[in-house]
Amino acid sequence: MSAGLPLVIVIPLLAAIGAFLLPRASFVVALVGSLLTVGVVGVSAAATLESGALRHTIGGWRAPLGIDLVLDGFALLMLALTALIGLAITFYGRGYFGSATQQGEKGRQATYFWALWMFLWAALNALFVSGDAFNLYVTLELLGFSAVALTALAGKPNVLKAAMRYLIVSLSGSLMYLMGVAFLYSGFGTLDIAQLSSLTRETPALVAATALITAGLAMKTALFPLHFWLPPAHANAAAPVSALLSALVVKGSFYILLRLWLEVFFPLASTFVPHVISLLGVGAIVWGSIQAIRQTRLKLLIAYSTVAQLGYLFVLIPILAAERENVRALAGVICFVLAHASAKAAAFLSAGNILHALSDDRLGALRGLMRGLPLTVTAFGLAGVSLMALPPSGGFIAKWLMLDVTISRGHWGLTAVIIGGGLLAAVYVMRGLGRLFQQVDAEQLPALKPIPCVMDLSAFGLAVLAILLGFAGVYVLDVLEIGAQAAAGGSS
Amino acid sequence: MTWENSLPLFIVLTSLIPGIVIFFLSESAHGMRTALNIAGAILKLILIAIMIGGLNEGVRYETRLALLPNFDLVLRSDSLSVLFVILSAALWLVTTIYAIGYLEGSPNRSRFFGFFSLCVSATMGIALAGNLITLLIFYELLTICTYPLVVHRGTAKALRGGRTYLVYTLLGGGLLLLAVIWLHTLVGPVEFANGGVLSGRADEQPALSLIFLMFVAAFGVKAALVPLHGWLPRAMVAPAPVSALLHAVAVVKAGAFGIVRITYDLYGIQLANALGVLTPLLIVTCLTIVVGSLFAVFQDDLKKRLAYSTVSQVSYIILGVALFGPIGTIGGLLHLVHQGVMKITLFFGAGNLAETLGIHKVSEMDGVGRRMPLTMAAFTVGALGMIGVPPTAGFISKWYLGSGAVAAGQSWVIGVLVLSSLLNAAYFLPILYRAWFKPQQGEWHEEHDFGGRFETHWMLLMPPVVTGIFALLLGILPAILRSLVELIVLREYV
Repeated sequence: MSAGLPLVIVIPLLAAIGAFLLPRASFVVALVGSLLTVGVVGVSAAATLESGALRHTIGGWRAPLGIDLVLDGFALLMLALTALIGLAITFYGRGYFGSATQQGEKGRQATYFWALWMFLWAALNALFVSGDAFNLYVTLELLGFSAVALTALAGKPNVLKAAMRYLIVSLSGSLMYLMGVAFLYSGFGTLDIAQLSSLTRETPALVAATALITAGLAMKTALFPLHFWLPPAHANAAAPVSALLSALVVKGSFYILLRLWLEVFFPLASTFVPHVISLLGVGAIVWGSIQAIRQTRLKLLIAYSTVAQLGYLFVLIPILAAERENVRALAGVICFVLAHASAKAAAFLSAGNILHALSDDRLGALRGLMRGLPLTVTAFGLAGVSLMALPPSGGFIAKWLMLDVTISRGHWGLTAVIIGGGLLAAVYVMRGLGRLFQQVDAEQLPALKPIPCVMDLSAFGLAVLAILLGFAGVYVLDVLEIGAQAAAGGSS
Repeated sequence: MTWENSLPLFIVLTSLIPGIVIFFLSESAHGMRTALNIAGAILKLILIAIMIGGLNEGVRYETRLALLPNFDLVLRSDSLSVLFVILSAALWLVTTIYAIGYLEGSPNRSRFFGFFSLCVSATMGIALAGNLITLLIFYELLTICTYPLVVHRGTAKALRGGRTYLVYTLLGGGLLLLAVIWLHTLVGPVEFANGGVLSGRADEQPALSLIFLMFVAAFGVKAALVPLHGWLPRAMVAPAPVSALLHAVAVVKAGAFGIVRITYDLYGIQLANALGVLTPLLIVTCLTIVVGSLFAVFQDDLKKRLAYSTVSQVSYIILGVALFGPIGTIGGLLHLVHQGVMKITLFFGAGNLAETLGIHKVSEMDGVGRRMPLTMAAFTVGALGMIGVPPTAGFISKWYLGSGAVAAGQSWVIGVLVLSSLLNAAYFLPILYRAWFKPQQGEWHEEHDFGGRFETHWMLLMPPVVTGIFALLLGILPAILRSLVELIVLREYV
């Protein structure tokens, strides 16, 4: 079965090439590509759930010479998340960009969107299944380039400026990562992560590699105070692109960071380094939330919320690195990734609908929208529930697991930050949501452009996913167990 | 899937599913919406009747769903949940009828009734919750679902009131989350049981006492314990059926119920007494009873006066908890029901005055008894009940509470009860005097003719009359409830 694993990369890649070569049929190609990708992910998931982690050696050459693709529980969750959100984005994109056959600028944007989006999907899937630090570098670069190009798609001057900044950050981050990889190779003679995890010791090479890679990836994940590039890029991009960037792209670099801390950098768990990361995570929660509260535009508010929410991913790093067999703590972080990705995608898609219908996303303009866009508003509300981590939602389950860890270890400061962060989230979510309830006279109601119902439904579907994740905690833990023993066994 | 393991879930779903469907109905689908609402409410009552029948035969109903390892969503029936479930489900039916009449022709009705049904589902979940986590989940769900109802009118004032409500309740919710997880890490997953489940863990001091106080503060926000009551008068901007829901059916009750559950079925009254946490609780409740009544005396706005009266009256329930002894507990639990029935009558009455005659202030009520005799008769029963005049339901609660105080050796509490009754009389009797004995002054503000034979729309008139009759019946025939309540209490103190 593992022979099918490369398909999760090959299919979207072929779709990207197809969409490029056949601009007039680009949507159809992308749609077929999306459906097939979802299908292949489904088949791989079934195989993994039945017979454990998959490992595929490309061309038959074993590591360290050849390239290994690995699909364990963690990677499977990320693939599945990307597939669900990706499918919604594909449908949404059709409504947002319209047909690729239309004349002029719009048609051009649509064509490029489909090609770049499929390319980005291929890069993400490749990233999740790569078992080798250098391959991860390659996928990271591919991901960065397609993300920057998608950001620039909207073409307006402020977007180009944001995209340029994003490009520079992305390139510097990758470069630092590459230098770190060089240190790893010189220190341990292999780049296969499974092999590295049984070799690493606290040596100067590991310290240098850890510092460089962590800094580079933290930059790409927009960890406070390296988040400066994120709000303009995420807020000014086209709505489906904003959703992709906030929900999935930043999670890609975080995925590598977490993987490496769990399997390669863990000998440094007792040093001060992970505590610095955790502290920056706290900074992100506080600073990002305060900035989100201060925003007057909906998309910027959501973008700063991403800065804040990404902070939660980092606060448990010291505990994760020190207790690698603690699946509950890991599950807390991963549930958070899943919940935030679906809620944030739903939030950005809803904001896109509002912007599309109103041509305005200032908070003051949102009055009385509830009657005009009921489904969109509901989607935003449900996403907000998960972002505030109120039950029942994926965000709640994630925070429950995280708080369980912090309280049982007596980390009262972190506990306060996690609970307080939820309250701050309530403040900024309600700044947007509260106005929707405001009563306006019929004649004052803004004229709304009709929006395609597929845009409404995609946003709503993702918001429902964020809520349903609140009931999926048991499955997440089960899936995470897949391959976890193998990794722990390999290190002992 | 058997009847035993699905009935509690169905009791929640009978309002959850209609609620979700109603969201998707168009504004003009009046008949469909009404049918769904009423059918859900009646079906719920039938299911509850089946559950009570089964409980009498010793059947245990329990729905269990694992959300995480050591983390189950548990809905189950016991005598305490039955008490709350009957109260909420029955009052929900009358409130729904009232709300249909009240909101006739106003905008956003699908949204209103959707959230209205979700609120009741959340309340059912709170009542049936078999462990802390389930209680927490539905408690927070209740917060989310009531916000849109509080701000329903969408005016600047309504939005302000809603914001205050959220600030209070979300802070309370955060505290509750902290308390629940902390306890979870200390003692592992625990489920509610008669007599409490923590008695073996008394060594975890002072954490246990601290967590208890956190629970009291967290639930105290919704129960409007002084000084956490600030949101309640400000939430009065909501439409009258929402006030009824907040004060009698769901929100305030959920807070009081939470404290009852924590004390009796989690800690156990014996442990709570041994930890010495009942004394601070007693002091806070007595303070709330007096301060709430004092504030009520000075309100001219009728709904605000009723709101402060709730602050005071809900604390009677918690007073019953804080008095260590079976008689006080009976009084508190009886008052859980009595306060709901009486207060909802009062709010229906206030809503009718506002809708029919445009009366919002006590000072405008002169002679209103002659114009709306049935409404005011029901209102009078509710008001006399609040004062504690026999033979109303309120007298029974106060009698048990007073006897309980003596039995517990806290005779000074009787002084508090007497003072509170005097204050209750001071803010309710002038209303009754104006309504019945003073002549009408000038025209009514905005008289609204609903047609028909009655003093107002029949859907507005029927609910207060029915609940008013119940408030009397519960006073004349206290045995209806007492056997159930005594059952709960005996298990605690044996």
